[in-house]
Amino acid sequence: MSSPVIHMDGLAKRYRIGVQTASHGRLTESMWNGITSLFGRGHAGELSDHVDERDFWALRGVDLDVYQGDVLGIVGRNGAGKTTLLKILSRITEPTEGYAELRGRVGALLEVGTGFHPELTGRENIFLNGGILGMSRQEIRSKFDEIVEFAEVQKFIDTPVKRYSSGMFVRLAFAVAAHLEPEVLIIDEVLAVGDINFQRKCLGKMGDVAREGRTVIFVSHNTGAVAELCTRAVLLEGGHKMVDGSVQTVLDAYAELMANRGGGTLDMSPDPTLPASVVEVAIEDAAARRASSFDLPDDIDIVVRYRVVERVHGFQLVVSLARNAVRLVHTFDTDDLDHIPARDPGLYEARYRVPGMTLKAGLYTVDVDTGTLERHMQTFEAAASFEIEERTVNAHSKGYRRDRPGHLVALGAWSTKRVADA
Amino acid sequence: MSTVAPTVQPAQSVDRPDVVIRPTRGGGSLAVHDVWRYRELLYFLIWRDLKVRYRQTAFGVAWVVLQPLALMLVFSLFLGQLLKVNTGSTPYPVFVFTALVPWTLFAQSLTASSQSLLINANLLGKIYFPRIILPISAVGSYLLDFGISTILLLGLMAVYGVTLHLGVLLLPLFAVLVVTTALGVGVGLAALNVRYRDVQSGIPLLIQLWLFASPIAYPITLVPEAYRALYALNPMVSVIGGVRWALLGTDAPSVDSIFVSIAAAVVLLVIGVVYFRRTERTFADVI
Repeated sequence: MSSPVIHMDGLAKRYRIGVQTASHGRLTESMWNGITSLFGRGHAGELSDHVDERDFWALRGVDLDVYQGDVLGIVGRNGAGKTTLLKILSRITEPTEGYAELRGRVGALLEVGTGFHPELTGRENIFLNGGILGMSRQEIRSKFDEIVEFAEVQKFIDTPVKRYSSGMFVRLAFAVAAHLEPEVLIIDEVLAVGDINFQRKCLGKMGDVAREGRTVIFVSHNTGAVAELCTRAVLLEGGHKMVDGSVQTVLDAYAELMANRGGGTLDMSPDPTLPASVVEVAIEDAAARRASSFDLPDDIDIVVRYRVVERVHGFQLVVSLARNAVRLVHTFDTDDLDHIPARDPGLYEARYRVPGMTLKAGLYTVDVDTGTLERHMQTFEAAASFEIEERTVNAHSKGYRRDRPGHLVALGAWSTKRVADA
Repeated sequence: MSTVAPTVQPAQSVDRPDVVIRPTRGGGSLAVHDVWRYRELLYFLIWRDLKVRYRQTAFGVAWVVLQPLALMLVFSLFLGQLLKVNTGSTPYPVFVFTALVPWTLFAQSLTASSQSLLINANLLGKIYFPRIILPISAVGSYLLDFGISTILLLGLMAVYGVTLHLGVLLLPLFAVLVVTTALGVGVGLAALNVRYRDVQSGIPLLIQLWLFASPIAYPITLVPEAYRALYALNPMVSVIGGVRWALLGTDAPSVDSIFVSIAAAVVLLVIGVVYFRRTERTFADVI
């Protein structure tokens, strides 16, 4: 077996959350430290080396070998250490511990359009961005026409990019990046841009890169893209390498991880003073497994389990759903019934299903209230929470994209017809 | 990182890794080799700064000379006409403008380089390159401005009938001293600025004080002989004295004071670069 193109040995990264905030404010306090350590052996600008509880280890000892031609997908939840690992490999930040070596020309793409300047024209930005990504002027010149054609911006090539639509901007930025020809390519999430056709084109281009025998490391939330492109994958969790193996093995482990760690759910013992009390609020997927993170088209079940200890008349659950502190849904478990039934003692499970493609991507919290018409019983604010992500749906050009206004995927239906001559 | 060869070579044939990543200890080299390897990026950044600076401005390149011209008018009016500072046979406007041309290069280079990391914070977080390229590129774009205002200076001298002699050829040497000083201070302040935004607010004050600590509006002879060597710790003293000597034929600055100034500039540069190199690995985390 040939030696690995990338060899990582115990890479670890500590962020000092406390030190950073403290040092932004007071220059005088650590000025002397800075001066004394300027030529000394200590780390200039860093305070003493004692372990601080505000230390945060984003990465805790990752060993990994990547071989030539590998297309390695790195998956993991937010905060698992994926981006930190990429930043270390692309030398943007240094590891606190550990060692890595890379062979060949390395190209890192942590963002499309890094260094794009709005005042400059498309043509000028191709040169600037290409230069920033490590291409020589000669190299850019030889690929210039290809880049422009790929981006489909021929007509606007001499227009300042501040006048570009967001789609054009992204296409141009990606086109430059796609024409980088490093032996090792490191990519972070950048495929989540552009309209669906353009995204396909980019995936195709990346596939070409892989077939040419170059090595690619690819971080994505888009499990579809990982499955399609990668030959191998790694699951990171809490800064550790959790699973390393075939794409299918890793994606299965990832799905299980996402399902089992039911984000904010509420488990509690019943209140003995009440005839009926909530014991659990959970978020589950369509297969009744706990989950906290969903894809846009997934159905989401909000499940409330409650125990009735003495027969109760007119008992109701209120589930209310909020996104960014805006209340979107307020519903009773009895909304579908003609009259409110009496509940005999026992354990009950009430399930409210939010169909997929209803709520936009975002973070949701669930409040639960219980009571009868006469008597309020329990309130659980933010009893559970879940996240919806745009994993398999490309919402870039859609009105319901996560960062646009509004909270729901458009309900109803659009149709447009020509009704008169101009 | 082997950025030079654009062709793809089979990676396993290489014995030595191209990139080694490990926590660095100590200060590292002075980065000359790194900067040379990334000279194309340096070129692109200077080119960007020039394009952006004068695009969508009504006066365009005129801005290059407006600032020193305006200062010259103010100094000429108050110090030349009203206070009647003695500048010997040299007309006061020419006297002050010969100093303002290198001074403007200094002030702008110092300001731009010390802000360069914050302005390009986005690049720091997204791409690797030797960080010191940023302050260097910030200075680079002002060298062109310097060239333009030098031409204006020569024009002004012609208007006032000051004859040109071979000393003009020494001008680039003084520019090197200006850049060395500005870069030394600017590089150090840029690194400090990442951690302490105080620097941002302090720079205008520093430049103002430095302006009066340099013999721009007044002749060096105003400073008592005994303090000249101390005075020359400010490299701009020798720069301005030297430029006046080279262009206007005033008394040459003493060899001692030139030596003091060069030494001071080199020490500033070394301190600045060493501090920069020692802190640069945390830039992306802190900024």
